[in-house]
Amino acid sequence: MKTVITSSGNELTSPFDKRFGRAAWFCLYDEKTRERTFFENQYMNANSGVGTKAAEKMVEWNAGKVISGDFGPKAKDLLDQFNIQMVIIQDEDVTVQDIIERLK
Amino acid sequence: MSRRRRLRKVVAPPGFKGYKPYGVTKGSKECVDLLYEEYEAIKLADYDLMNHQQASELMGISRPTFARIYESARRKIAKALVEIKEIKTVYGNAWMDKNWFVCNKCNARFTIPKTINKVDCAMCTSDNIELLKN
Repeated sequence: MKTVITSSGNELTSPFDKRFGRAAWFCLYDEKTRERTFFENQYMNANSGVGTKAAEKMVEWNAGKVISGDFGPKAKDLLDQFNIQMVIIQDEDVTVQDIIERLK
Repeated sequence: MSRRRRLRKVVAPPGFKGYKPYGVTKGSKECVDLLYEEYEAIKLADYDLMNHQQASELMGISRPTFARIYESARRKIAKALVEIKEIKTVYGNAWMDKNWFVCNKCNARFTIPKTINKVDCAMCTSDNIELLKN
């Protein structure tokens, strides 16, 4: 299964971003191959509809799980509809690496 | 390998965590685990007075399966009453209409989509999870 983690940078040591639609980067982690790919969020500074756009990206990448700090109502509905698991973690000061470690 | 267990739909989870007998002379510390779907079966059949066919359709399972869950629920309650045991509600094999959970171990909150067949924490795979009421 593929997991998406919202990140504020494009490295494993980057801090985890608590926003979903307005996260700077997305880290796509494949549990099978242990591969991590970073994607820049091109909608980060768009005016509206970022949650929907980001959720569409998740569907496109075939993600099964999304880890973020919070999800907007539109993103929630869309992810629910596509049976993508949403995970909210409220821990401060964690890096993308920490989260991947916890998933193992 | 046995056949995987289909998830049973529960409209509303029980509003309590358990029942405890009082005024007992020789109390036993053991408890009976009542599953969410068993609570739902009792509720549909004996409180909402539905017949088993309607109730099973509502829970997304076959009528014989519903009958089995209902029977197991009644037996558990009878056992708790006769043997003076505590009743505890346990999550079981249910899925909710609106499903947000919280993990008691790592505090992560998460959803469990219907396509996922196990009920555990998405972060630490602990099964010490609870349904979040909002």
